Amino acid sequence: MSGGGILPLSLRGMGYAVGGVALLSDVTLNIPAGRRLIVMGPNGAGKSLFLRLCHGLIDPTSGQRLWADGLGRAKAQAMVFQRPVLLRRTVAANIDYPLGLAGLARAERAAKVAQTLERFGLRAMANQPARLLSGGQQQRLALARAWAMDPEILFLDEPTSALDPSATRIIEEMVAQFAQEGITIVMTTHNLGQARRLAQDVAFLHRGRLIEHQPAEQFFAGPQTPEAQAFLAGDLIW
Amino acid sequence: MTHTRRFLLSAASGLALIAALPASAQEFITVASTTSTENSGLFGHILPMFQEETGIEVRVIAQGTGQALETGRRGDADVVFVHARAQEEAFVAEGYGVQRFDVMYNDFVIVGPSDDPAGLANATDAPAAMAAIARTEASFASRGDDSGTHSAEKRLWAAAGIEPVGAWYLSTGSGMGATLNTAAQVPAYALTDRGTWLSFQNRGPLTISFEGDPVLFNPYGIILVNPERHSHVKAEAGQAFIDWIVSDAGQAAIAGYQVGGAQLFFPNAQ
Amino acid sequence: MDGPFATAISLIATADDALLQIIGLSLRVTLSAVVIACAVGLPLGAALALARFRGRGAVIVLFNALMGLPPVVAGLLVYLLLSRSGPLGSLALLFTPTAMIIAQTVLILPIVVSLTRSVVEDLWAEYREQLTSLGASRLRAVPTLLWDGRVSLLTGVLAGFGRASAEVGAVLIVGGNIAGHTRTMTTAITLETSRGNLGLAVALGIILMALTLTLNAVAWGAGQWAKGRLG
Repeated sequence: MSGGGILPLSLRGMGYAVGGVALLSDVTLNIPAGRRLIVMGPNGAGKSLFLRLCHGLIDPTSGQRLWADGLGRAKAQAMVFQRPVLLRRTVAANIDYPLGLAGLARAERAAKVAQTLERFGLRAMANQPARLLSGGQQQRLALARAWAMDPEILFLDEPTSALDPSATRIIEEMVAQFAQEGITIVMTTHNLGQARRLAQDVAFLHRGRLIEHQPAEQFFAGPQTPEAQAFLAGDLIW
Repeated sequence: MTHTRRFLLSAASGLALIAALPASAQEFITVASTTSTENSGLFGHILPMFQEETGIEVRVIAQGTGQALETGRRGDADVVFVHARAQEEAFVAEGYGVQRFDVMYNDFVIVGPSDDPAGLANATDAPAAMAAIARTEASFASRGDDSGTHSAEKRLWAAAGIEPVGAWYLSTGSGMGATLNTAAQVPAYALTDRGTWLSFQNRGPLTISFEGDPVLFNPYGIILVNPERHSHVKAEAGQAFIDWIVSDAGQAAIAGYQVGGAQLFFPNAQ
Repeated sequence: MDGPFATAISLIATADDALLQIIGLSLRVTLSAVVIACAVGLPLGAALALARFRGRGAVIVLFNALMGLPPVVAGLLVYLLLSRSGPLGSLALLFTPTAMIIAQTVLILPIVVSLTRSVVEDLWAEYREQLTSLGASRLRAVPTLLWDGRVSLLTGVLAGFGRASAEVGAVLIVGGNIAGHTRTMTTAITLETSRGNLGLAVALGIILMALTLTLNAVAWGAGQWAKGRLG
């Protein structure tokens, strides 16, 4: 990543409350460039909200979200959702759409679309309606679309929770490749195996608070909090 | 974006559709007239002759007499051609019209069920016929729309000294044809101009029950809308139409219009 | 009468000039009104779906209510506007096809606006996070949502077309039913009914329905095709 990048992202006491009820409180965390951060925690811990706050879909009601460039240019970020929202257009048009928004020239866009289709093995279905693809293919396209935007950081919100094992493996491989290319990954999951396979760092959320943040080996070897211990042991916690 | 382009294209073609409206190079005038003249087919017969002679197209809007005069008052027509003498004279007196010219007359007839439940065959004059309908409470379908025909009907009730009220008196609030359609269904008596009646197809059980009283004569007048009121009025072309219709040629054209071998309108210009 | 169907068929077979002109004018007036109402109503409906401002609810209720505006009232309003004694009298548009297009546009604009708002609002709920993530502003989202909602929007456009092609009250008042100039299918049907030519009136009605049916079939087919092609 060049010196003019948007990372690191530093969160300082970031919180979000609705009607006086705090859904996320006092999260202080540094996300450096080039790392794979997995966000874990039980349902309702605030993982999805955390991603949305980082990505800027929602603004924090307290604390700060600071990008290195001061803005966190949208063009340098991408997000993949649990259920991909594909436009009611062809596969190729779905990849082209954000490139048009980013203001790329027509020829540049065409080249990028062709390159993306080729790379992710989507060329044969380039002119098929995106909405008629299988769940796994749709998520693959959503990742391809995100990749085509050339982001510095990619947020993924439980991207495989609705997929079967083989589709899950393909998505995991894509994420790992993206990371190798230098894209910073922030991903939520409650699949422990997946977290072990992909994480460099782990952030553990519980009831809207960040209660643990450390390198993955340490986290999986011996979590410090009883909540994380229980979570790893497979106990039901809330 | 291809869809943006497509959207612009369809919008542009829409505007082109409107732009393509015929920019009528031809001179035309607008005449507010009555449904009875339009429905009888008279205009279809005489207007091509006028256009042939002068090159002026006449666009006829067929309305009730009251509405036609209102159209003239608002300046939305160049000429009014209607049949309600008192209202026409008021129209001129109020300064909306220049001058009224006699053009022609036709006559009203009372139509009704062929079994004649009110016994109109025995009536001596038109008011007596109306009185017979009221007395027997036989159904009567009225225009009820302040048209020339409705005005004539009200004059007949007044002459008979009757205020028509009751379940037998049906005020349709619609045009002559619609009123005749209603009368054919009920069946009911109705006052109609002979022209509409002769060209009316859907008669059902109706037949002419009473005719011939001179009070049933129905004179038509033609008036140029006052250009001093409405400066855009095409006074010259409008006057040309009036001049033609009261001329020998126009009067002969009117007399020559027949339906089923019967003459409908009788020219009476002075 | 020897059957309105027979009359309708012989009317079409003889392809009488006057009839073709009436059909042509009807289509021109109605389609122009639909195109204009869409050009205005689609962006307006979408903007109404996305914008948040005071009185938005009132505007939505107003447009919903206007869908029930009686054609005669729409016609009367346009008549008073275009009459020589009205504010736009100097344009000399009363009793012209343009006046009829204006009146029908007034009639169908609320349908297009209301249905567009409803379709775009639903789609926005689904797309909002993703489009924002991809970097689309609300303004930029408008054409995206209109395009992606095209199959549902087509229903609204067809409803507008149906209302315009079927109505007689408005075009009669502002057009004047002038033979060869502002006579449409519906005003001709009214005229023939008032002449007691019920057979001819029904025959014209059959032709009008056949045209409407054809147009709807084409639009439906296009919608199905788009659904299959683009999900």
